[in-house]
Amino acid sequence: MTTKLFGEPVRRREDARLIVGKGRYLDDIGHNALAAAFVRSPHAHARVVDIDVEGALDVEGLVAIYTYDDLTGPMAEPLPVLIPHPQLTAPRTGYSLAYEKVHHVGEPIVMVVATDRYIAEDAAERIVVTYEELPAVVGVDAAHEARHAVHDDVPDNVSARHHQETGDVEPALAASPHTLTFTQYIERSASMPMEGRGVHAHWDADDRSLRVYTATQASTSVRAAIAAKLELSLDKVEVIAPDVGGGFGVKIMHPWPEELLVPMAAMNLGADVKWSEDRREHFISSAHERQQKQEITVGFDDDGRLTALDVVVWHDNGAYTPYGIIIPIITATQLIGPYDIPVYRVRVDSVYTNTVIVTPYRGAGRPQACYAMERTMDRIADVLGLDRAVVRERNLIQSSQFPYDAHLTFQDGRPVVYDSGDYPGLMAKLKDLVGWSGAEELRDDATARGKLLGVGMAMYVEGTGPGPYEGGHVQVLGSGKVLVATGLTSQGQGHETSFAQIVASELGVPIEDVEVTTGDTRRFPYAVGTFASRAAVMSGNAIALAARGVREKALRIAADVLEASPDDLEIEDGVVQVKGVPGTSIPLRTVAVLSNPLRYAFDEAAKQATQFTSHDDSKPPVAPGDAPGLEHRDYYSPLRSTFASGAHAAVVEIDPATWEIDVVKYAVVHDCGNVVNPMIVEGQVHGGVAQGVGGALYERMAYDSDGQLQNASFMDFLMPYASEVPDVVIDHQQTPSPLNPLGIKGAGEAGVIPGTAAIASAIEDAVGRRITSMPISPTELYDLMRNPAAERTAASAGRAENGVLA
Amino acid sequence: MTASVDTERTITVTVNGVPREATVPVRRLLSDALRHDLGLTGTHVGCEHGVCGACTVLVDGDPVRSCLMLAVQVDGRAVTTVEGLARDDKRGGQLLHPVQEAFRECHALQCGFCTPGFLMTIAAGLDKRDPAAELTEEEVDDMVGGNLCRCTGYANIKKAVHHAAATMKERQ
Repeated sequence: MTTKLFGEPVRRREDARLIVGKGRYLDDIGHNALAAAFVRSPHAHARVVDIDVEGALDVEGLVAIYTYDDLTGPMAEPLPVLIPHPQLTAPRTGYSLAYEKVHHVGEPIVMVVATDRYIAEDAAERIVVTYEELPAVVGVDAAHEARHAVHDDVPDNVSARHHQETGDVEPALAASPHTLTFTQYIERSASMPMEGRGVHAHWDADDRSLRVYTATQASTSVRAAIAAKLELSLDKVEVIAPDVGGGFGVKIMHPWPEELLVPMAAMNLGADVKWSEDRREHFISSAHERQQKQEITVGFDDDGRLTALDVVVWHDNGAYTPYGIIIPIITATQLIGPYDIPVYRVRVDSVYTNTVIVTPYRGAGRPQACYAMERTMDRIADVLGLDRAVVRERNLIQSSQFPYDAHLTFQDGRPVVYDSGDYPGLMAKLKDLVGWSGAEELRDDATARGKLLGVGMAMYVEGTGPGPYEGGHVQVLGSGKVLVATGLTSQGQGHETSFAQIVASELGVPIEDVEVTTGDTRRFPYAVGTFASRAAVMSGNAIALAARGVREKALRIAADVLEASPDDLEIEDGVVQVKGVPGTSIPLRTVAVLSNPLRYAFDEAAKQATQFTSHDDSKPPVAPGDAPGLEHRDYYSPLRSTFASGAHAAVVEIDPATWEIDVVKYAVVHDCGNVVNPMIVEGQVHGGVAQGVGGALYERMAYDSDGQLQNASFMDFLMPYASEVPDVVIDHQQTPSPLNPLGIKGAGEAGVIPGTAAIASAIEDAVGRRITSMPISPTELYDLMRNPAAERTAASAGRAENGVLA
Repeated sequence: MTASVDTERTITVTVNGVPREATVPVRRLLSDALRHDLGLTGTHVGCEHGVCGACTVLVDGDPVRSCLMLAVQVDGRAVTTVEGLARDDKRGGQLLHPVQEAFRECHALQCGFCTPGFLMTIAAGLDKRDPAAELTEEEVDDMVGGNLCRCTGYANIKKAVHHAAATMKERQ
């Protein structure tokens, strides 16, 4: 059957335009638009004393200059706290243009609009801002110490103290046969999509309506924010995400100041205005993530079974908290991973620093959570002299325990209940895939070649597909074309293909007839956005439900025409036919025509639906409760998130002359339930692993103590090239989700989650020194190896070390 | 002080086989001139400091980063962009370069933003080699090693290079 495409590696439909240069990204739109450029703060913390624009005024081509004083009404108020939470006791957000103070390098202070970007930058350069510098707070330790405050009225720098517990942890720790306490760090990285952010605004002065294109992951919410801030009725604002060159989380944050200021300028000037972020702007003004300090106390028995876990995290939220405490909540709740932990307590202090805001980057608190839990497992194994896999196996939630209630509250405000999974199955597959039992031979072989080899592993459980909802609209046209729309956006995930596969399969039409639109508020105005590995789960299921609605209606109409029972009909290749009676059929496109009773025959096909061809005058043309058109809109709103899972292992080889760390093998076992398109899911895993390796070995945001980002370019921020990314071997497991009609779980973020933990474990295994701070560079590893105080692992004691380590 | 008549030049450049003329400020980057003056938006700009390779085009057949070159530098030369990579099939359609086909077949792109740069670099590499010779991993690494991609993890891009080379070997 040609139309059952669910689960097939269908080649992507979006590629046809993207491989010939016909994509339409933000900066490809509006060549005649005026260009905006920004004066941004060069200081991490300062009072803005004066803004002198005089020098810019004679720049030929200058159109307008805006400062805070030009903002009125809601635009003059702080940016929204997008996700309020009772534990977010001291939320602070910036202004679209700085008001009185700046709190990080890169904060926008002045917007310049000119006839082109070069000229806008010329003018911006001539604007003189006078600052009174204030002390900068950089890093979680400085924030925690609170010798200085980022915000005057938050003297302890704590924006939120997030706390969850599943029982009384202190007595449980006191009663534990063993306890361990340790501290570890993880650094900042960033989403760093190849396309930065960008906004284009068109104001129709006659219609008093605004069309905004923005490289966003949440067009419906950007629309609502623009309407609120610019005091427009929602129906006068449309927001469209065009082709978006990668998101990875940074574009789920919104409204960015530019998403409000550019439309404001377009309205104000009566002209199209565009801003495309450059790479330096992206480094210093778009969000980062990941920095945490983690203090972990674990109790366990002689067999390595956990008895209690107590974790305190200091989470660097940057200068403001527009995205609330989503990352702290995710770290807190995803930390337990696939393990059955009798008593768990976690506290995450989210702290202000004078650095760029911290909002989700692929994984969103999970890589840190995994790092905390998995390194704990490694420590327990080391103390007890057990195999690291064995310790994990002894603590795994068993298949018989699903649904597993973790007694925690997730980022969607819903309980953390693992819906399905097979964690021992993951572990068994992982050990096979990486050759866990043969690790010592690999080590011996490497030693003979003068290299240090280590193996590490990490497991995770990922809450995916959080609500509140997504919707789908499916419409069959008289031409036979099937239009599909959903409100969430795409940044390379292949939604045009996977959603078309779902509709082709559900409806029984050729995929070539299906056309998918995402992220366009004109086509679907109700949506949440693309984040948290939710697009396939949420929109996939909503679209499936909408397609089922269309199918039901089509069968009903066709049954009338064919004088058959709907139950006896099937749709195949776009034709409705009586099962087993070839020839008794009607094309779906004709059903679409008939579904809309007409007075006027505007084309040949329409004649079939006009009033004098109607054959049943006993009922009105459109029956009560029915609607014209072969279309259906439906929504999927889950009770709670669905939990995907996986296990990764890394084999590293280290050269003791240069301390270069080479990941020579990387194994992934992945379970995201039913898979719509395995080719696309595998691509997501590949990309995630590359970001995981980058985060473990190369990428960091190198802020100095003044809050200056020292590596704000691709020359200095080491994003992996092909030469840094290992070959990845992948095995799959499928435990369908019982929560949604398609049985799917999210796959977008999984690949990145365990990278830091698995690679830290492998390096530690290779060098026999405790790794407590990630990422780690060859220089840092060299320093660690030269430090006589560096803690040696117990496992390394019995091992013959290379002469170079003596 | 800014773009004025005496800081502009009119250049003649053959773009994708078609002679074009443009009057551009002397400081205008080739990438901006292609995208905004000639409307060829297939060339993407990812970093504007020559590291990511998204803006790679061919100048007289060699890959260059169009964000590191001024438009005036291509006066009198031939530029090929991703829009010019496919050949006319003489039947009113386009015949994709094998590397374009391979990218689609091997799922070597996700968001597609870096893709034009990879396509141009790899196409130049493949077109210059003897299609009959066995493609080595070193050659593949050379062809993909200088461009950044944030989506794919490069595995499928490498696969696509092999796929394209095999197609070219078949078709030689």
